[in-house]
Amino acid sequence: MDNVIEILLILVSTIFVTNFVLARFLGICPFLGVSAKIETSIGMGMAVVFVITLAALCSWLIEKFVLVPFDIVYLRTIVFILVIATLVQFVEMVIRKTSPALYNALGIFLPLITTNCAVLGVALLVVQKEMDFFPMLFFAVGASVGFTVALLLMAGIREQIVHARIPKVLQGTPISLVTAGLMALAFLGFAGLVKM
Amino acid sequence: MADREIMSSEIADVQPISPPSTLNLKEVAGDFVRGLWEEIPLFRLVLGMCPTLAVTTSATNGVGMGIATAFVLTSSNIMISILRKIIPDMIRIPAFIIVIASFVTITDLMMAAFTPELHHSLGIFIPLIVVNCIVLARAEAFASKNTIIRSAADGIGMGIGFTLVLILLGSTREILGNGTWFDLPVLTGIMGLFNYEYQPMIVMILPPGAFIGLGLFVAMANMIEERRKGKK
Repeated sequence: MDNVIEILLILVSTIFVTNFVLARFLGICPFLGVSAKIETSIGMGMAVVFVITLAALCSWLIEKFVLVPFDIVYLRTIVFILVIATLVQFVEMVIRKTSPALYNALGIFLPLITTNCAVLGVALLVVQKEMDFFPMLFFAVGASVGFTVALLLMAGIREQIVHARIPKVLQGTPISLVTAGLMALAFLGFAGLVKM
Repeated sequence: MADREIMSSEIADVQPISPPSTLNLKEVAGDFVRGLWEEIPLFRLVLGMCPTLAVTTSATNGVGMGIATAFVLTSSNIMISILRKIIPDMIRIPAFIIVIASFVTITDLMMAAFTPELHHSLGIFIPLIVVNCIVLARAEAFASKNTIIRSAADGIGMGIGFTLVLILLGSTREILGNGTWFDLPVLTGIMGLFNYEYQPMIVMILPPGAFIGLGLFVAMANMIEERRKGKK
């Protein structure tokens, strides 16, 4: 029972309280880049959930069974970025071979994910906090779902913004940033909900 | 073995072709200046948002992050420019990432050794310089095509431009949100002279302040550029 509660707390805190985009500032580039339409942001969100969870799992295993036993923890950054880049390529190839429908939906987003700092961020955070296996897994799932929630909300707002009359200098990135700021303000309301 | 011979002969062939000492000062200066306004990161090129928003809670953090990124940018630009004839085209992106990751690791370890406090407050965002799009973008768009000196000038210019924006945003957020600047009591001190207590705008230190502050700065940069174009 305790475990279930702990997992629920991890999920709530990563999705809402310390949302990865709006409170931790990870994955801003795709958040601003791919949030123009709801349809594409759903595809991006699904791809990110998939890759972040796999990447966190792989890097956690590598940290535990390779880097720490051989005492080469200082190579962490290089190893993790290589693992993520390889993983993304590998996932892309597997999906293309096994399910063309899924590839059509996710395919174009996969190469973009390598430079998504949320992926490397989650991988580094789970080993820095020395999490156990299940908390690590749910931390990764919660983080990526939080990213997707923020992305979907942003896409919904931006589809409406297109119809608004905005001063010329504010068009594009500036108005998106201000919108994200207001969303972050709203998410501040969750602060203190869960003590982590 | 055969491959190796071909490769080494290629290198030998290529070396003399590259202009040996036609150091065009005007060109180098142009590469340097371009990073300061024309293509200043964050304002003109919207790249490298994550560390910018996350670490600029104070001006000191902004300077630290800016210098760390500028170092990585310059050294990886130089390294990639040296290796640009050797790296095969097919695997250039992974090769660039490894070069960048090595310099990031050097920076990470150096900062942990010499500035432990700053290293602690920047935290996870130092290793995350690896995925800062500016570094990879300059490697791909500039260093892989140009000579060593031009690439170095480009890296230093872009690095200084990035640092300037970080200091600007960090100062604004620290002064408004905390009343201090580089830990000096600027606003609190001035208000104190007139026997008022400064009520800090805490929201500027919190995440929303980062987004809104940067958004308004980008809008301001757009406005200045519009004016400049209007004059010409």
